[in-house]
Amino acid sequence: MSAPASPLFADRRAIGLLLALLALLLALPALVNSYILSVAILILYFAYTGQAWNVMMGFCGQLSLGHSLYVGVGAYTVAALFVHYQISPWVGVWLAVVICTLMGLVIGFLAFRFGIGGTYFALLTIAFAEFTRIGFDHFDWVGSSGGFFLKVESHGTLDLLNLRGSPTMFYYLALAMCAAAFVFCAWLLKSRAGYYWQAIRENEEAAQALGINTFRWKMLAVGISSAMTSLAGVFFAFYYNNLFPEQIFNISRSIEIILGPIIGGIGTLFGPILGAAVLTILADGITELVAAMGLEIPGVKQVFYGVVLLLVVMFLPHGIWPTLARKLGLGQGSGK
Amino acid sequence: MPIDLIFNVVIAGVLTGLVYGLMALGLSVIFGVVRVVNFAHGEMMTIAMYATVVLFAAWKLDPFLAIFPAALAFFVFGYFLQSTLINPFITRPEHSQFMLLVAVAIIMVNGLLMIFGPTARNVQVDYQLESWELGKILFDKARVYAALTAMATSAALFAFFKFSRPGKAIRACADNHLGAKVVGLNVKHLYALTFGIGSACVAVAGCLMVLLVDVTPVLGPAYTLLAFVIVIVGGLGSMGGALLGGVLIGVSEAVAGLFITPSAKSMVSFALLILVLLFRPQGLLGRKS
Amino acid sequence: MSALLEVRGISKAFRGLKAVTGASLEVPQGAIVALIGPNGAGKTTCFNMIAGVFKPDSGEVVFAGRRIDGLRPDQICNAGIGRTFQIVKPFAGLSGLDNVMVGAFNRTVHAAEARRIAFEILDKLGLGPKRDLPAASLTLPDRKRLEVARALATRPRLLLLDEVMAGLRPTETDVMVEVFRELNRRDGLTILLIEHVMRAVMALAQNIVVLHHGEIIAAGAPQDVVRDPAVLECYLGEETEV
Repeated sequence: MSAPASPLFADRRAIGLLLALLALLLALPALVNSYILSVAILILYFAYTGQAWNVMMGFCGQLSLGHSLYVGVGAYTVAALFVHYQISPWVGVWLAVVICTLMGLVIGFLAFRFGIGGTYFALLTIAFAEFTRIGFDHFDWVGSSGGFFLKVESHGTLDLLNLRGSPTMFYYLALAMCAAAFVFCAWLLKSRAGYYWQAIRENEEAAQALGINTFRWKMLAVGISSAMTSLAGVFFAFYYNNLFPEQIFNISRSIEIILGPIIGGIGTLFGPILGAAVLTILADGITELVAAMGLEIPGVKQVFYGVVLLLVVMFLPHGIWPTLARKLGLGQGSGK
Repeated sequence: MPIDLIFNVVIAGVLTGLVYGLMALGLSVIFGVVRVVNFAHGEMMTIAMYATVVLFAAWKLDPFLAIFPAALAFFVFGYFLQSTLINPFITRPEHSQFMLLVAVAIIMVNGLLMIFGPTARNVQVDYQLESWELGKILFDKARVYAALTAMATSAALFAFFKFSRPGKAIRACADNHLGAKVVGLNVKHLYALTFGIGSACVAVAGCLMVLLVDVTPVLGPAYTLLAFVIVIVGGLGSMGGALLGGVLIGVSEAVAGLFITPSAKSMVSFALLILVLLFRPQGLLGRKS
Repeated sequence: MSALLEVRGISKAFRGLKAVTGASLEVPQGAIVALIGPNGAGKTTCFNMIAGVFKPDSGEVVFAGRRIDGLRPDQICNAGIGRTFQIVKPFAGLSGLDNVMVGAFNRTVHAAEARRIAFEILDKLGLGPKRDLPAASLTLPDRKRLEVARALATRPRLLLLDEVMAGLRPTETDVMVEVFRELNRRDGLTILLIEHVMRAVMALAQNIVVLHHGEIIAAGAPQDVVRDPAVLECYLGEETEV
């Protein structure tokens, strides 16, 4: 396992693999049917949110169990602007980012100023998400608990300006988000911020003794993570066209977000992507299998999630990627 | 708003709060000793509630009698959960332990969903509909019995930790686990014992709670959060704090349900949690670390 | 020589227990000063007050003419004071190189420059060949060296060393002594060290300050201090590694 200091793309094989993967992903919509495309979109969505969460937890060691908050608020912000005032999501997204970043910073400020860390911090993030969920349950302007809906256009529409279009459009959008997040996080990890965050994660007291204003850098991690996650909310709103507080803010959504990076490898760049792919494909496979057996049992997928999570935390505490990277002989590791 | 309505609601809140308190007591005891946050606490509570429903449906076993087999079964379950699954995680980082219990919680809540489906279940005993009247104030019999049982269980627990040998050993272990090891106490066994006791508390609380609410699988995460709110408000690791927190949350939920809307009642608890975390993170009765 | 660090009558009590009472000391620019004393004398508490971990209950700490008592540890580091911890605190999951780079980022925002600085310092401390190993896998003496390297990377004017020789073999101690001498002579680094290993103290320090029960009982040149009756008395029955 090498460290982030080793130049990320120095390894020829890694760069080759990455390019091949990118080419395959670009060609994918032409190669597969709509079902597989929908699974691919889901994978990209979770890879993206996982990457965003990873900035806070994986890089900086601050455990958030309330990331559904930023997805939800981001989604509702753009959706409300679009439905009520016909404001394009490309404009609304800025407001979503601003609001979510501010919320993240407020939570971070309160927690870090008052010296709340670890489990207590995680509980604080849950509390804020739950608080907001119940608030939206009674927020009539966006449909309260009855849900908030975007008009679904006829098939074949392609209106990039208003993000109305086919799954293929959403696929490329998700892919672009994922790729951008990957490059951004890779850059972060190699920069001073990445080093400072990891130092804070490993030992906050020692980090402080090296002149790092830990409060400021933790705030930066929370701000970036919440801003990135709000974009996932924008995607969610326009892809699914319906929003229910009970679903979008639910704590199990937050857990879904964090499963990918945990299974793939916390603090690594490929972990969130790998974890999202493994988890989504396996979970979908299970659902299909159960359906094929003619059974209709709710909860099967989640039990499966639980078992996978249990096995990974027990036997692969660093996730799949670090082990896999070593096996592949890739001189690439990030953070772990 | 008529004053006796408010009185009735507050009293119901206090009584329910004592059952909440017992549930949270389990969480607090486990945290105080093992230093692991049981993220599956509410899910265990829900399992106990379903167990009570099943025992009642099969043999008409009164929930108050179901307490005994449920507590015993949960004690054994908790003991083994700690000794097989959690003990190896004691030295792991906090987030790792958290994830382990999140996994356990996910399996539990969805396991219940697979077995029982999403529809609500309940038990129906005749004293659920009866009440005592004191002037204009009503005391639901089931709620009073449940609160008394919760208090008796808590008292037994206090006595256990105060006077019994294993109770004292567990407290020594909580104070200084290295010291406990040095004087020859089997720390892992004591941890498992503690988790078993905490689980038994939850089982009793679950048996009682069935009399007050209908049970669905999704109650699990909600109760986990509720238990967290209670112990943090009361003071994590403080036994008296858990009971006080339970009553406080019980009352505030009941009153919020009356004045705002029942579906928004837990908003008050979360607001309380946020305030306590910020201004008195050690909780109302907790000691400053 | 003017004093780079001046500690004036600092005191600290923990729950009524006096750890340090009215301790004063001076570290002249370019000097190496040792702070010695039996276990529990309050040496590390003194360090922690200088480094900003604790705010002194009373007294002042003046560094390069500026009051620094009550500042946060990161502000004190940025003022020019580097430190090591008695119980080492490496960034365990990161490589030795990355550990030192974290310190080096204090002087530059460029990763390449930080890496260059880190290479240089790791080589100076003899950790060059081990720089890619995770800090967690290093031996204790190497982790102590890594602490020093990390602190040096922030380019301090004053270095606080908290028992960096403990656990080293005599030959390793001599190597470390030589490193510090070199840093002091060539780079003009001022050093204040807490040390039990008298072999290192006698070889390095131009001045010794003795702390006992939270109070300073002697200060001066090494050969005078070790003959001071009060010092001998406080060490009587204590373990001294002369």
